[in-house]
Amino acid sequence: MIPPSSPMRRREERDGWLFASPWLLGFLLFTVGPMIASAFFAFTEYDVLTQPKWVGWANFDKALTDDPKVGQALKVTSIYAVVSVPLQILLGLCVALLLNTRIRGLQFYRTVYYLPSVLSGVAVALLWRWIYAPNFGLINSFLARFDIVGPGWLGDKDWALTSMIGMSLWHVGGGIVIYLAGLQGVPSELYEAVRVDGAGRGAAFWHITLPMITPVLFYNLVIGIITALQIFTQALIMTNGGPHEATLFIVLYLYRNAFQFFKMGYASVLAWILFGYILILTLLVYRSSGFWVFYAGELKSR
Amino acid sequence: MSHLVLVAGGFFLMIPLAWMLSTSLKSLGTVMSLPPEWIPRTFHWENYADIFRLVPFGKYVWNTVVITLLDVVGKIVSCSLVAFAFARLRWRGREAMFLIMLATMMLPPQVTMIPQFVVFKHMELIDTIVPLVLPNWLGGPFLTFLLRQFFMSIPLDLDDAARIDGASNFGIYWRVVLPLSKPALAAVAIFMFNGSWNDFFGPLIYLHSRDKYTIALGLRSFQDQNYTEWHLLMAASLVAMLPVVLIFFFAQKYFIQGIVFTGVKG
Repeated sequence: MIPPSSPMRRREERDGWLFASPWLLGFLLFTVGPMIASAFFAFTEYDVLTQPKWVGWANFDKALTDDPKVGQALKVTSIYAVVSVPLQILLGLCVALLLNTRIRGLQFYRTVYYLPSVLSGVAVALLWRWIYAPNFGLINSFLARFDIVGPGWLGDKDWALTSMIGMSLWHVGGGIVIYLAGLQGVPSELYEAVRVDGAGRGAAFWHITLPMITPVLFYNLVIGIITALQIFTQALIMTNGGPHEATLFIVLYLYRNAFQFFKMGYASVLAWILFGYILILTLLVYRSSGFWVFYAGELKSR
Repeated sequence: MSHLVLVAGGFFLMIPLAWMLSTSLKSLGTVMSLPPEWIPRTFHWENYADIFRLVPFGKYVWNTVVITLLDVVGKIVSCSLVAFAFARLRWRGREAMFLIMLATMMLPPQVTMIPQFVVFKHMELIDTIVPLVLPNWLGGPFLTFLLRQFFMSIPLDLDDAARIDGASNFGIYWRVVLPLSKPALAAVAIFMFNGSWNDFFGPLIYLHSRDKYTIALGLRSFQDQNYTEWHLLMAASLVAMLPVVLIFFFAQKYFIQGIVFTGVKG
């Protein structure tokens, strides 16, 4: 054993901080510093060019009581997250279950399902704008074969948000790799045990498979919600928040305030509202996990 | 039966890509025909030349390549150093620092974005690539966590053996841990490549002059000018996606390992 005060241990102590220093520096310069500044800006009126002017709680008052767009943005963003994330998880899990049956061609299917989820950004947004295009887009020209006049999708205030959610399902494959790893981690003794007890495949799924992969589902739910609440590129490229603010997602509204209206103070308040909202939702999911997430470690202690 | 469902689902997922490829090879006239021609009678390959002629698309590609490469190198260097500190070195404060780093994953980038913009503005670094690249040379929680998980799986005996042979901590990092971590480093490189290549928000707020545009910004301004010329828009989108698709096909293994490492073993 090397004594803790030896030169070697002291060097390790020093090198630990040294190796971690890039992150420590980044944390101070790009996280802590900006957080303090953002908290300050939230109480000011600031257009970047002139000095910030202290306005007290005025920005918060406006955002929480006097600006219907904030409510609209939170509503739209919440609907998007609450509908698209569980749907993605459910569909992804179904595909993973089908792939977990020692199926032939697993590699091929995995590639096909996974590919769309690595594509993102402006190019994907443009592709989907064209798919949803009212006259010659993929969907409406398909519907036209059956003499159905499709809706205006992104241009129709009743369909725009639904269209965005539909598009998000293209990325169902993203979770499949994790679900498969989770499914393959279920000990086969458990399946043998229920088979001996005479349980069918349905019972095995409900009592073994599903509980055993709840930690994986939990992880995907949390990450999925945090990501979905920050949707931006699609909103700016495909609808620019419209029509009639039907797709005015919170980050888009924040972007407009900060970089189009140069209301940095107000935009900072919106950023803190988003942060608070993410914290509350994550906490709720975390609290609920006691009821539905099952960790294999608990099995042994019973 | 499961094959039937899987094939049908896979078919649905591939339709958008086929539609994009098909549109990109049509003329303006055939784009607007009903019912659509899935395989155009003549292939208009010149669409791909046109996008480079109509807008400085080559310039956008080059700008994106420069930023992406600097981001990837910076991320690998900084995250692997930090992950080494968290996984292989014993120092007071390590656990606390690690928890703080994980906690920052919850913080949406929008909170820190505005002050960062203000600082870069006062340093007159707007319209340069510094604000886009610099933060990526200072670690980052997600990819550091991925590497740390991988480094933890390498037996610590190797470090001790190297120490007895007189290796410094940097020597252990450089000659023991890094060479054994190539799959994880590849995963980090791929994730960063994708993130950086597709990034829109960063370039949108920091790059203003047209000759500094990345592909994402170029596509957007191309859309604003030619919003009905879908054959050209799809050709440009396809070019933008191509590197990501190619990397995915050639390095799928690393993608999948990386995801499993953060998702299941976390």
